[in-house]
Amino acid sequence: MNAKALGLPGRILGVARLSDGAKGATTQRKIARKLPVQKIWSTTALVALQLAVLVGFVVLWEVAAEFKIIDPFFWSQPSSIWSTLVIFLTQGDAFTDIAFTFRSTIFGFIIGTTGGAVLGMSFWWSRNYAQIVQPYIICLESIPKLALAPLIVLVFGMGLSSKVATATALTVVVSTLTAYAGVQAVDRDQERLFYSLGASRWQVFKKLVVPSCIPWIVSILRVNIGLALTGSIVGEFVSSQHGLGRTILYAGSTYEISLVWVAVLILSALSMVMYVTVAWLEKVLRKGVVH
Amino acid sequence: MAVPDQTIPTHPAVEIQGVTLNYFTPDRETLALANVSLTVEQGEFVAIVGSSGCGKSTLLSLVSGLLPPSRGSIRIDGKEVAKPSPRVGYMFQKDTLLEWRTIIDNVLIGAELLGIDKIVARRRAEDLLVRYGLGDFLHSLPGQLSGGMRQRAALARTLCCEPDLLLLDEPFSALDYQTRLALSDEVAGILSAERKTVILVTHDIGEAISMANRVIVMSRRPGRIKSERKTDFPSFGPTRPTPFQARKCSEFANYFQTIWDELDIHQIH
Ligand SMILES: Nc1ncnc2c1ncn2[C@@H]1O[C@H](COP(=O)(O)OP(=O)(O)OP(=O)(O)O)[C@@H](O)[C@H]1O
Ligand SMILES: [Mg+2]
Repeated sequence: MNAKALGLPGRILGVARLSDGAKGATTQRKIARKLPVQKIWSTTALVALQLAVLVGFVVLWEVAAEFKIIDPFFWSQPSSIWSTLVIFLTQGDAFTDIAFTFRSTIFGFIIGTTGGAVLGMSFWWSRNYAQIVQPYIICLESIPKLALAPLIVLVFGMGLSSKVATATALTVVVSTLTAYAGVQAVDRDQERLFYSLGASRWQVFKKLVVPSCIPWIVSILRVNIGLALTGSIVGEFVSSQHGLGRTILYAGSTYEISLVWVAVLILSALSMVMYVTVAWLEKVLRKGVVH
Repeated sequence: MAVPDQTIPTHPAVEIQGVTLNYFTPDRETLALANVSLTVEQGEFVAIVGSSGCGKSTLLSLVSGLLPPSRGSIRIDGKEVAKPSPRVGYMFQKDTLLEWRTIIDNVLIGAELLGIDKIVARRRAEDLLVRYGLGDFLHSLPGQLSGGMRQRAALARTLCCEPDLLLLDEPFSALDYQTRLALSDEVAGILSAERKTVILVTHDIGEAISMANRVIVMSRRPGRIKSERKTDFPSFGPTRPTPFQARKCSEFANYFQTIWDELDIHQIH
């Protein structure tokens, strides 16, 4: 009887049974301790460690460059990157560049996402139309859009519009396909319910198809902001008079490596700001859709 | 100046005459219903039972006007059905609540689509929901409700537009047995109080016998009407028993056995 009491419940339930006596209880407590429990550190400790890693990395880089362990000509070093950053931000037209890249990204993002969403949802209206257009969309998806960048710049010129166009090209197809997936996932029975209540097609579209597709479109926003930024930078690489992408290209070709790093840093900051904004927008939209 | 008592000619609520339906898909043609005729009187509660795929849902779609028949005619209140009408309430097997709308807004969808006076509809919707025990959940989202509550909300939505004819397609099939019994009791009470004409499709013979005045048995595909049977419970007395009481009446077992035999459930193809 004792053996039974010891063997079974502890392993399965891991609950201390008072009636089993001292020995049984200890065995079970030991078993309970073997459970893989991870201790979570406090947020302050985590942030402090994250900062320590960053500081350590910067210091290591600086020291390695100082002692010529890595070649500062190719790799630059934190101190000169910092002074370049200060110069870049205080003199010259840094903010023109930042604004240029920012604007083309945002425009490309908005045009690509809304255009794609509208196109994808329009497939709901006619199955024949969807069947005809779909192969082309899939074709477009398989083309590496960045390869088209030189062509886009030729067509749209050197100004902002060509960058917006590259950013749009990168985002529009994904958005279309996602919105179309949303359309295909519209609940058949809900559609029948609407029609049984005497709804017109426009009402079904407005009150059922669009709200059903919104979570799908929202899910693509964060991906699209990154794609749009890539698109506008590549557009600037091809040919441009402004922008952070153009700054990187220019600095690289004149071996001003610190400036390359500065532009990359600002670009990362810009990307982070946009990403956080879009993530926030996503949250608001999800709530809005839900309420 | 003789004013006749009954100037309005009374038509049956639903008249289905010689209806045949073919489904066409690119690879084949399915004969879903073959020459089905059925009449439902005003205020009658009719249940349709039949094996899976025999065309029960198809028949309801035809009556609702979502689908035109290949042959034959369907009349509601003596008028040929051409398109869906707000006088017919169709409740689907799934509750089809819109997840992004609150319960009250879900119930109001019909009024919204038809452009009915919002204030009146809202009052009625609130009233219905309170009566069905959802008074505390008017502004909750469907995701926060249990299966039975969702089904009640769907019923409130169906009844909110005050339809005269209700088409219920296995409305309780997603629920567990106990909830199902309780809810069918509730719904039968609600519907008989409102004197609605009802066509209920179900897999559950017991549900059909206990809830309906008449049970229609359909044959396997292509769907035909195999038998019709009035379910009276004289042993209970002059009034109709509630579904729960009906299950305990002595006639229940007899009806069950007969309908079971007619369904040929053991012959699965
Ligand atoms: N949209 C459709 N296209 C083609 N065939 C269909 C379609 N809907 C139903 N069918 C066919 O018609 C027949 C009847 O279908 P229906 O949905 O009316 O059956 P049911 O009696 O409601 O079955 P269940 O009890 O499983 O719901 C089935 O055999 C099905 O294959
Ligand atoms: Mg069905």
